[in-house]
Amino acid sequence: MANFHMIPAGINLEFINKRIIFFTFSVVLILTSLGLFGVNGLNYGIDFKGGIMMEVRSTSGPADIGKMRNQLSTLGLGEVSIQEFGEPEEVLIRIQRQDGGEKAQSLAVEAVKDVFKDTVEYRRTEFVGPKVSEELFMDGLMAVSLAIGAILVYIWFRFEWQFGLGAVIALLHDVISTIGIFALLGMEFNLSTVAAVLTIAGYSINDTVVVFDRVRENLRKYKTKDLAQLLNESINQTLSRTVMTSVTTLLALFALYILGGEVIRGFSFAMIWGIFIGTYSSVCLAVPVLLYFNIRRTDDEDEEDSEIEKVADEGAV
Amino acid sequence: MVYFAKWKIALVVIVCLLGVAFAAPNLMSRNMSDNLPSWIPNQQISLGLDLQGGSHLLLEVEAQTVINERLEALVDTIRTSLRAERIRYTGLGMNENTVHVNIKKPDQVDAAYDILRKLDIGSDTDVENGRITITLTELAIKEAKRSAVEQSIEIVRRRIDETGTKEPTIQRQGDERIIIQLPGIDNPEDVKRLLGKTAKMNFHLVNHNVSGEDLAAGRIPAGTIALPDAEDERRLVAVRRKIEVRGDMLIDSQPTFQDGRPVISFTFNSLGAKKFASVTSKNINRSLAIVLDGKVISAPNIQGAILGGSGIITGRFSVSEANDLSLLLRAGALPAPLVILEERSVGPGLGADSVAAGKIASFVGLLAVVIFMVVSYGRFGFYADVALMVNIILIMAALSLLQATLTLPGIAGIVLTVGMAVDANVLIFERIREELRNGLGPLASVDSGYKRAITTIIDANITTLIAAVLLFEFGSGPVRGFAVTLGIGILTSMFTAIMVTRLQVVMWLRRKKPKTLNF
Repeated sequence: MANFHMIPAGINLEFINKRIIFFTFSVVLILTSLGLFGVNGLNYGIDFKGGIMMEVRSTSGPADIGKMRNQLSTLGLGEVSIQEFGEPEEVLIRIQRQDGGEKAQSLAVEAVKDVFKDTVEYRRTEFVGPKVSEELFMDGLMAVSLAIGAILVYIWFRFEWQFGLGAVIALLHDVISTIGIFALLGMEFNLSTVAAVLTIAGYSINDTVVVFDRVRENLRKYKTKDLAQLLNESINQTLSRTVMTSVTTLLALFALYILGGEVIRGFSFAMIWGIFIGTYSSVCLAVPVLLYFNIRRTDDEDEEDSEIEKVADEGAV
Repeated sequence: MVYFAKWKIALVVIVCLLGVAFAAPNLMSRNMSDNLPSWIPNQQISLGLDLQGGSHLLLEVEAQTVINERLEALVDTIRTSLRAERIRYTGLGMNENTVHVNIKKPDQVDAAYDILRKLDIGSDTDVENGRITITLTELAIKEAKRSAVEQSIEIVRRRIDETGTKEPTIQRQGDERIIIQLPGIDNPEDVKRLLGKTAKMNFHLVNHNVSGEDLAAGRIPAGTIALPDAEDERRLVAVRRKIEVRGDMLIDSQPTFQDGRPVISFTFNSLGAKKFASVTSKNINRSLAIVLDGKVISAPNIQGAILGGSGIITGRFSVSEANDLSLLLRAGALPAPLVILEERSVGPGLGADSVAAGKIASFVGLLAVVIFMVVSYGRFGFYADVALMVNIILIMAALSLLQATLTLPGIAGIVLTVGMAVDANVLIFERIREELRNGLGPLASVDSGYKRAITTIIDANITTLIAAVLLFEFGSGPVRGFAVTLGIGILTSMFTAIMVTRLQVVMWLRRKKPKTLNF
């Protein structure tokens, strides 16, 4: 049975030699992302800035958004956005955070329900007051920073500091560019986006660790080989796996993006982006930057270990 | 390596069987699983409110109110006790957690200090230059707030139970917050209305000596307060500050009708009944104001002593207002007002749609990955697919066993795990291919593939697990559901990808003893 090979055996692409191209691309990507974040900012959902979100479905055919907008404009609730959501009957209403503390949000929801009464089905009603939104924002920030910190510590512990640094550069690259794409597209940035960012961080590191593992193994095997060549070989040796895993994950994510419904579309979008960028950064960023960090090449203890392992392997056959 | 320890085989088989046993109830209807004998696992995965429809409310108890009330009461007691001892004072008042008073005559300071020090046991009393300051201790404040929150939870539970909501979850969160989950309630306005009132009802005597002009001009004698009328808040009623009978002595209250108008009947406990009898017998022809949350509902004239301990509250109620009010009185007053900080309600339609979409997405994602694995790795891919199925069964089993809540992001977590779970196998298989290319025989390649891939697998998975743990710690609601399925998925996938595929591969190698691996 001949199996399909995604990446042909013995592939040898130039990654390390083209690193300047990758670095340039990534620096531009990061700067653009930061710029977009600075200029456009993020379109924070109610989780982080407070306010009201209601998903309603018209009970009498396609929703008349213009009419609904007029109805709501009489309430004086400040900025109100109404848009179609998935289907013509469905409408997503977003209302800015109401002044007057926690109670005002609740009253505004009641006011909206009084206007629409039974002409719509209330599929989802959410409001977040100023207190909670602030906390959720801080918690999200905390979770992302702690995750990056904890992953750094783990890599540092398992590898050498150079690898930790490489991994974190790749990780920050992925996180910042994900924020950048959200700023560019103006997609809603909410709690599930933070979940996606954290998962992207985990995934990106996962990819990086696999290549790093191979680099470490090769460093032990070939004491004198040119570092650039060794890094390039390590990438190529693991390339098949890197691509395979990205493909299986993307298969699952595309299913989720297309079929999983409106509510998690933002989440699956962020994840899909993250898989692409995470795969890219592991291969084209995390490994090439190792070239610039002074990696130790001799480690007698490890050498003995691998010798013993080899003997044991052969013995078992 | 073709040797696979017996205990490992047993372990794999046992875990798989347990997985099937614990996951199985999810395939049955609720009724069937509930009727299983108790020794068979019968717990189903509980769906989050975003999937089954329902409301999530986050409330905060304004516990400082309790402290303020306590300080106000302290101020009152200080006033009466100093007057009783004929000690003259000025500047009696309160701050955030303190009450202070200046004693006029230096020779009375010690006496005053002796009296004040005993008034509130949860306080420290200091004296400096004739100024006495009573400060509630940290401990007393904490304790007062704690008990206020606990009482609030109890009252909230009673009120919600009265509405007939099925299986509400009411939990404390942090120091001063309460989370309420109401499955099946997608329009919680009724519940919110009930929680929006503290419903403190007290009986005060009306002060008939205060004329309408005095009231309007704010000329109110000491010991009397002006309270707004519940119907028309511009109209004020002068009532004596002293509470004659407290509403917490009520044991029952029901909506009923009098002369065709909705009214509320109430019954006191024995102590309340005694007090009520004494007040009504001593004050015939005066008015007794019924005060709810600082507003006068009505102030009927006492026509005779009421000795039975029960009575009727009239007022301009609608039927539903009378129902609400009697419910609130039955359930008891909240010690402090509640504020709704956050609401998330999902209608049953959206929940069902989400479940359906999640099912289809998981199924299609799974199918795509399964096919892709077979196309890429043939027989080994099939083994990995078997492991993947076992993995999904184990995730279901773990969710049922832990009674974790499955949310929409949680389903996303499972789908993501499906994609990532095969990663461990991909790592192993790619390694085996490499070893084959390096000229090793089938057995040696398989052996070395597993051995060498394992540290990588562990390293890679621990990093994702770190992210999952932090998400759980800092996430809230549905996002936590995502962290749970992601975390469980990582653990189970490590087991299935390593042990379950390996068992299959080993059994095949032993049976066929292939000379070459076309892989």
